[in-house]
Amino acid sequence: MPPLLEVQNLQTHFGTIDGVVRAVEGVSFHINAGETLGVVGESGCGKSVTAMSILRLIQEPPGKIAGKILFQGRDLLELSEPEMQAIRGKDISMIFQEPMTSLNPVLTVGFQIGETVVLHEGVSAREAEQRAIEMLTLVGIPAPERRVREYPHQLSGGMRQRVMIAMALACSPQLLVADEPTTALDVTIQAQILELMRELKTRVGAAIMLITHDLGVVAEMAQRVIVMYAGRKVEEGTVEEIFLNPLHPYTRGLLGSMPKLGSSLTETGRSKLTEIQGQVPSLRKPIIGCPFASRCPQVTDVCRRIAPAIEEKAPNHTVACHYVERALAAA
Amino acid sequence: MSTTQTRQLEVKGQTPLLEVKGLKKHFPIHGGILGLKTGDVYAVDGVSFSINRGETLSLVGESGCGKSTVGKAVLRLYPITDGEVLLDGRRIDNLSAGELRPLRKRIQVVFQDPFSSLNPRQKLFDIIAEPIINFGLASGSALDDRVGDLLDKVRLPRDAMYRYPHEFSGGQRQRIAIARALAPGSDLIICDEAVSALDVSVKAQIVNLLSDLQDELGLTLLFISHDLAIVEHLTHRVAVMYLGKIVEVADRRTLFSTPHHPYTRALLSAVPVPDPTVKRNRIILHGDVPSPINPPSGCRFHTRCPFVFDRCKVDEPQLRDVGLGRISACHLDVVPDDVPTANRAIAVPA
Repeated sequence: MPPLLEVQNLQTHFGTIDGVVRAVEGVSFHINAGETLGVVGESGCGKSVTAMSILRLIQEPPGKIAGKILFQGRDLLELSEPEMQAIRGKDISMIFQEPMTSLNPVLTVGFQIGETVVLHEGVSAREAEQRAIEMLTLVGIPAPERRVREYPHQLSGGMRQRVMIAMALACSPQLLVADEPTTALDVTIQAQILELMRELKTRVGAAIMLITHDLGVVAEMAQRVIVMYAGRKVEEGTVEEIFLNPLHPYTRGLLGSMPKLGSSLTETGRSKLTEIQGQVPSLRKPIIGCPFASRCPQVTDVCRRIAPAIEEKAPNHTVACHYVERALAAA
Repeated sequence: MSTTQTRQLEVKGQTPLLEVKGLKKHFPIHGGILGLKTGDVYAVDGVSFSINRGETLSLVGESGCGKSTVGKAVLRLYPITDGEVLLDGRRIDNLSAGELRPLRKRIQVVFQDPFSSLNPRQKLFDIIAEPIINFGLASGSALDDRVGDLLDKVRLPRDAMYRYPHEFSGGQRQRIAIARALAPGSDLIICDEAVSALDVSVKAQIVNLLSDLQDELGLTLLFISHDLAIVEHLTHRVAVMYLGKIVEVADRRTLFSTPHHPYTRALLSAVPVPDPTVKRNRIILHGDVPSPINPPSGCRFHTRCPFVFDRCKVDEPQLRDVGLGRISACHLDVVPDDVPTANRAIAVPA
């Protein structure tokens, strides 16, 4: 079976006064129907731009998207704007990070949820409100008949994120792109939302592209993971492979620099976190060689000259590094 | 509460550097055409703790629990409603601005957002030198040396002092903010979500820097954070806050291995673990944090607590010794390990 979504050599560049910013530089991956793909990386690694490119939410110009984005065999980059609109919110929908700013403050939540249904399924306003109530019930909002007439400011952060999820799922999409869906929330509310997403996934059966910088969230939610750095994919594998057997020095650094709960039980004193030295390279200049070379502890001359190709180094596990074997031996 | 607190101090046998007793901070709410006072936000409602010299105490809790307000009240960024703040055993909350001024150099702060807490029109030298000049601690070439030393301490190159904040990344700016906090030779640094806005790899750098500086200079830290994994990594003791009150205080290992208060347990169990092989028995709390304008009666956590019983709704539990050096504000002596099935929180109604 072909994958639900296949992204081939995606390049998203932005023209600015200071030159071209290469936000995404040749990223390829796929998502199968019904699976959760985790996309991790730090700010500016291009993970959100990748998501926005899939939905074609990048303004062109200054943005420029190249490559192929095949959704059910159709290249989304070749569709007209009306064709794209028929897909957004129906087949592919998105949950944004900031539930405060991504809901319209002057419209009721019921209207905002129903709007998608009216648009894609041509139902009446009354039916749309009924659907909105059903969706609010589905996402666990108490008293949905009352809440449906309320405005976003009357809801708490957690409830607004539930509304966002209700909106995204109203037309039973096949792919849900969730861009940092729990980053703005407190941990106990995050636990509620993740639980909800897991449950809805089994019920609705949508595939999820989960973008986050929180490795803990990925470990709990995803089946497969891609790690991005400086606009490139540096590693991809099953969640077990990435977390238990990370091969790229960046992934190792990222996992090492993250403090883990329970550290006080295994260590006697306070221990040091692994640091990744230096900073992310600027995306304004073309990067020659490996993008991680300037921060990599195992860097050689080859790394500075030649960009490593992404290759399969273990079953279901690809990585872009010249020295996987050496990195493993050093660890 | 105060008896437990006193007992703890007697055991330690030294005057704590900072002591906070029954701190309250209520913000009035004004409404209507006349702008009359219509109520209060009970942001901090009776908080007591102490920090010993060279120690890190972390205040943890979710947004709106009052942890930042405690930090700002200690700094006297606004007057407190009630309670006492003592520095080296001396009350500082009732001092006049003039009397307080010389003490200000001993307590400094690092805020969350290094993009808004540094003046974009000042060079690094001026940012870091300002507190030194204000307190008349150095001038001329001594001042240059002192700023240079501070940059060394936070591991920034000395020539950075002639540059502006916008030339630096988030992590570097946070180093600048730390250098400024160290500048007047402070004993106590309040870190208000100081690493929350940073990326994972940069966060690790700043956390390591803070622990190194503490060892090197004998700093005392009040570390305010919602990130429990970071807290566990660098703290000595932890105080957990919920809706303006401290619900549990314990040393690091005790709190993270055997948390007592049901809220602490829920908070810890909610943190996602970066290990796909770990399947956790998660306590999911229902609902949201109630409003601090009209906090629940009795135990403030009773509306979300999986172990709630009748007494919790009327009788407010006080912080008391529950063994292993912990103090916890829960009526239960032994909190069961698992949530009773009947009360198990369900995220989504069927």
